[in-house]
Amino acid sequence: MNYHWNWYIFFEPSPSGTGTYLDMLLSGLKVTIVTALAAWLIALVTGATVGVLRTLPSKAASWFGFCYVEFFRNMPLLVQLFLWFFVLPEVVPASWGLWLKQLPNAPFYTAAIGTGLFMSARVAEQTRAGINSLPRGQKLAATALGLRTTQIYRYVLLPIAFRIILPPLTSEFLSTIKNTSVALTIGLIELTAQARAMQEFSFQVFEAFTAATVLYLLINIVVVIAMRFVERGVAIPGYISGK
Amino acid sequence: MGRGLKQMRMKCLRLVGLALAATLCVAHAEAEELTGTLKKIKETGVINIGYRDSSIPFSYLDDNQKPIGFAIDICLKIVEAVKKELKLDKLTTEFNPVTSSGRIPLLANGTIDLECGSTTNNPDRLKQVAFTNTHFLTATRFISKKSSKLNSIDDLKGKSVASTSGTTNIKQLTEANAARNLGINIIPAKEHAESFLLVETDRAVAAVLDDILLASFAAGSKDPEAYVISTDAFSKPEPYGIMLRKDDPAFKKVADEATAALYQSAEGQKLYEKWFMQKIPPKGLNLNVPIGAELKKAFAKPSDSPDPDSYKAM
Amino acid sequence: MFSNFDFDVIRRSLGYLFFDGMTFTLTLTSLATLGGIVFGTLIAMMRLSGLWLLSRIAGLYVDLMRSLPLVLVIFWFYFLVPYIGQWLTGSSRPVRVGAFASSLITFTLFEAAYFAEIMRAGIQSISKGQPAAASALGLTYGQTMRYVVLPQAFRNMLPVLLTQTIVLFQDTSLVYVLSIPDFLGAASKVAQRDGRLVEMYLFAAIVYFLVSSIASFGVRRLQARIAFVH
Repeated sequence: MNYHWNWYIFFEPSPSGTGTYLDMLLSGLKVTIVTALAAWLIALVTGATVGVLRTLPSKAASWFGFCYVEFFRNMPLLVQLFLWFFVLPEVVPASWGLWLKQLPNAPFYTAAIGTGLFMSARVAEQTRAGINSLPRGQKLAATALGLRTTQIYRYVLLPIAFRIILPPLTSEFLSTIKNTSVALTIGLIELTAQARAMQEFSFQVFEAFTAATVLYLLINIVVVIAMRFVERGVAIPGYISGK
Repeated sequence: MGRGLKQMRMKCLRLVGLALAATLCVAHAEAEELTGTLKKIKETGVINIGYRDSSIPFSYLDDNQKPIGFAIDICLKIVEAVKKELKLDKLTTEFNPVTSSGRIPLLANGTIDLECGSTTNNPDRLKQVAFTNTHFLTATRFISKKSSKLNSIDDLKGKSVASTSGTTNIKQLTEANAARNLGINIIPAKEHAESFLLVETDRAVAAVLDDILLASFAAGSKDPEAYVISTDAFSKPEPYGIMLRKDDPAFKKVADEATAALYQSAEGQKLYEKWFMQKIPPKGLNLNVPIGAELKKAFAKPSDSPDPDSYKAM
Repeated sequence: MFSNFDFDVIRRSLGYLFFDGMTFTLTLTSLATLGGIVFGTLIAMMRLSGLWLLSRIAGLYVDLMRSLPLVLVIFWFYFLVPYIGQWLTGSSRPVRVGAFASSLITFTLFEAAYFAEIMRAGIQSISKGQPAAASALGLTYGQTMRYVVLPQAFRNMLPVLLTQTIVLFQDTSLVYVLSIPDFLGAASKVAQRDGRLVEMYLFAAIVYFLVSSIASFGVRRLQARIAFVH
């Protein structure tokens, strides 16, 4: 019952004929990064919009925002992915359903949209918190200057709010990257899935998972450092001291 | 009187000598310690069996979510033999669900002692685990809807094909895909039922699995006539075996003897008929797969060989 | 799966879903929360202690757990824990750990990192006057933590701790990747066996949504009440 270590396994060819096991893992890494970026884009756009909606004086907008956030926050990501992937094609008209199912990269699109919408609820909350943390005087002064609501948000509130929430947004982005691993259940061959496949073909469990762990840690470090540069770059001198 | 005493002393010494020799013999027998799995079973009083969710009819869940099947029954016979061998009054059998991709690591790390399902015995796996006598022979084929009109492996070019992760099937599919440059989009599923479901719901045009499993899924589906299993195979008929840990000769011996005795007896024949020629739970399906010539030979002369050629009927 | 959905499948499998699946999920959630908070508090204290080595170890632990996807950690622990048990107990073979035990260890250790950050924030939010007064009264470090700091920190962070518990509840669905029968796993098994994906997954979604919503609502009410206390 002893485990046979073999760290050279990474340089041995994988059965898929496309290179070594290391290449397999790196292709998984690529999928993880691309999916995470796509999901993050969706999350930012929809999340910021909903966050803004929640701060609007209109009761309807506020209520819609609240329902949206509650809907996406109270269901596990895995369940949401299943709904998009398995349930949606069955409840739409048959021909649409068939098209959805036969889409060549269905897991990727489903994962990007599903994860994106899941994270958008959290981005919405962060945006709302950021906007609400601004001094009330800002909005009042802008209204006094005669700006319309859209102009107030675009020129006064949002620029500062986004800078305030940049640190929590960084950690949400890191969460997005980690959440892409859940999509292996719907067939997305990302990093964790490739590590599993490597384990299944080569029987080297610990080598495969160690490699995946190291790669995730690397991604983390790269993102944190990159975001630090971004924070410094957009910081307004004297307004919010950069971290 | 002196002589009498001397005789008594000799008798005593002889008795002591005999007693000593007897003690040494008994001590020696006890010193032949149990090792490996047998030791673990003796110490804990529990044997852990790994079962599958949907490897019909080898190992699957019935309507009450209890594991049943051909391989499960064989394993229960092995458990009986272990109980007799270790002279235990009580031996608890615990069932643990395993998937194709988790079965080998779970066997290695001690979560299960026996893996009773539809696991192919091949030289690659023998580097990590051991198998007992073969209980079935099956080749890797693919199933598809008749309407897709897929006959040969080359017809799968450029299509989406499902298979279960961690199986020899998905490995053979991957290798064939690379060797023949078919550009197949391989969809890995977690369990056999999921692989078939992908075909049923038109997400994949075909599922690649062992042909006996495919036959079971087709027969148990809502519309058995809609499916066809390819005659084109990815491999020769390969043997199924119950998996055990490697480097554990004592336990393997018990398993080998129990399975050999079962296969060669009339009970073994009846067991085969129970799962392959009669109605099986949960839907009362009858697979109607008569015992093939090769399998008959493998039952008459039980073998744990991983080599498919050694099972060819004469 | 076809246009005529059969919602009766839900009614037929309710027993299995709730007695086997939901009990697993709820038991795992509650035990992992307890263990996670206890272990997390310890880690938070280590991080805030003056000793550089303890602080670093705790920091590294938290950073590591927070960088890795939960799915990967689940895989790691399921295959690794028996070997760790073997190393810890010095036995001759890997210690057998079942699915539930392995999941419990995984979630306790993983969520402890998140609970640690929450408790650290809680402890740091207590004004310095409190431990100062405590030590003026002659209390030791242990007594200060136990009677003065931790109770207050815990009460202050209660809403956040409960929110993290709801997150834990949702995270338990990930044991699906190991085919472990929690609530989602049970629904999935029924779905695949009977070919009723739509019905079962919709039902599972509704149940998770209801439980989480009601719990979140409860936490919000609690938050409103606590806010008045100080």
